[in-house]
Amino acid sequence: MALIDDITGLRRILLQSRTIAVIGLSGSWYRPSFFAAKYMQDHGYRIVPVNPACDEVLGQKCYPTLREIPHKIDIVDCFRKPPEIPPIARDAVAIGAKVLWMQLGIRNEEAAKIALDAGLDVVMNRCVKIEHARILGGLNWAGVNTGIVSARRPG
Amino acid sequence: MADHEFGFETLCLHAGHIPDAATGARALPIYQTTSFVFDSADHAASLFNLQTFGNVYSRISNPTVAALEERVAALEGGRAGLAAATGMAAQMLALLTLAQNGDHIVAARTLYGGTYSQFAVTFAQFGIDTTFVDADDPQAFRQAIRPNTKCIYAETIGNPQLNVLDIVAVAGIAHEAQVPLVIDNTLASPWLCRPIEHGADIVIHSVTKYLGGHGTTMGGILVESGKFDWGNGKFPQMTTPSRGYHGVIFHETFGDFGFTMKARMETMRTLGPTLSPFSAFLLLQGIETLHLRMPRHCESALAVARHLSEHPAVAWVNYPGLPQSATHELSRRYLPRGAGGILTFGLKARARGGAAAGERFIEAARMMSHLANVGDAKTLVIHPASTTHRQLDDAEQRAAGVLPEMIRLSVGLETLDDILWDIDQALAQAQG
Repeated sequence: MALIDDITGLRRILLQSRTIAVIGLSGSWYRPSFFAAKYMQDHGYRIVPVNPACDEVLGQKCYPTLREIPHKIDIVDCFRKPPEIPPIARDAVAIGAKVLWMQLGIRNEEAAKIALDAGLDVVMNRCVKIEHARILGGLNWAGVNTGIVSARRPG
Repeated sequence: MADHEFGFETLCLHAGHIPDAATGARALPIYQTTSFVFDSADHAASLFNLQTFGNVYSRISNPTVAALEERVAALEGGRAGLAAATGMAAQMLALLTLAQNGDHIVAARTLYGGTYSQFAVTFAQFGIDTTFVDADDPQAFRQAIRPNTKCIYAETIGNPQLNVLDIVAVAGIAHEAQVPLVIDNTLASPWLCRPIEHGADIVIHSVTKYLGGHGTTMGGILVESGKFDWGNGKFPQMTTPSRGYHGVIFHETFGDFGFTMKARMETMRTLGPTLSPFSAFLLLQGIETLHLRMPRHCESALAVARHLSEHPAVAWVNYPGLPQSATHELSRRYLPRGAGGILTFGLKARARGGAAAGERFIEAARMMSHLANVGDAKTLVIHPASTTHRQLDDAEQRAAGVLPEMIRLSVGLETLDDILWDIDQALAQAQG
């Protein structure tokens, strides 16, 4: 239950989690939220869209808020502006999510505190897709400096 | 817990390559293939939409080439890299991603001759205008900036003037104008200088030189720092839907490596100066010993510079590591571990004149190789006035920093006494 920013911690979150609620998931294929969610879906995660403006995204039923999701969520992945995160953090705590994840460019200390106090892990200012590809393979093919040095096969 | 920070030497050996997922191969496999199979129609669509990372066609990306890209990006402290067939190609990819018809570049006047021609002749044909300024006067860069300027371009160590750039000052001027500073770091290599740490936004290398280090293989690379704000309003090509890639917004979608993705998916994909996987393998093999080779290049070059300074047949020596060098103070600041492996010197003009003595010196060399390259493991020598700059008249040569008597040495890794022996015997013959 901590603020996670290192490779070991991010790897643990990515390997232990199976279900990702994506707050603000757009139905437009060229939006970053769609890119990220499709990538995670293609890599075996169950994507649960949360967006009051949509009924279905990526073939999955869309919920207006986190609290209406009738099943367990591991990661709450936030594609919303920083001031909108604290109420999402409270919802994430209420539904028993394990990780509050704020996307690249998004930080909110108040939201982080709400989640940390309730025993969730918190990730800020990182893209779930980029981190998955960085740590579990794929991003290296794009010439990106992953920071990974290892004498073991990827995974 | 914070991630362990690996040292430069470790990155030379490991960055960009972990054991192969399929086979466990420890050395970097050479993926000598043009194309990669798709798992399904949906996988193919995701790849073309850039929704997943993966390989499609080796013109765009290849796992062997990608290992080189990541390694150099790591050594430069950058976010991402894009390799190309040559240094000239890498530089072209960077600049054509930044600038288009009607745009403007401010560049140092003392650039490698090939770069000067690429800007002054080829880019001019594309409608991209360049103003060349005195690299030793940072204010000259500021004065040349226009509303349509898209970057400042300079070399860490100018070639062949060997002037060291005040990177911090010029980066400040670029950032004031909200444009990136692009630095060619070829002659320094990241072992001597990491321009991103001093404010550069994009670093270019001819990997052919010290990075590859053995004179076997052509290659180039651009590295993006990940720190430049492409959303500042001056680069709509980064922040609006791409015409070249059906509506992707590169800055928004790829964040701090959006520039490299745009350079790869648009500029490289459509112009095509790709590095071959085999070349990437050879260059990467060279990089594994960069940290061992560069100190020796620097030590031997300094010893040669001192030796020449004391030789009665030598009129002058230019090496940034010598106190009399015009940019010695900048060299101490930006190249504290050594001033590189390249120096120039002039012979005293006797009866036959300095230029003729220079030609004779080259012809007398027995171990030093007379050829047009730098940064080989072997010692190289050239007389620019009669070779690389032969097409220019005397006045043009002087403007480019090439004096008639100038000889350029790229000091290699041979036994130092043997290098000095060859220099001394060639000097004796040149005087005769």
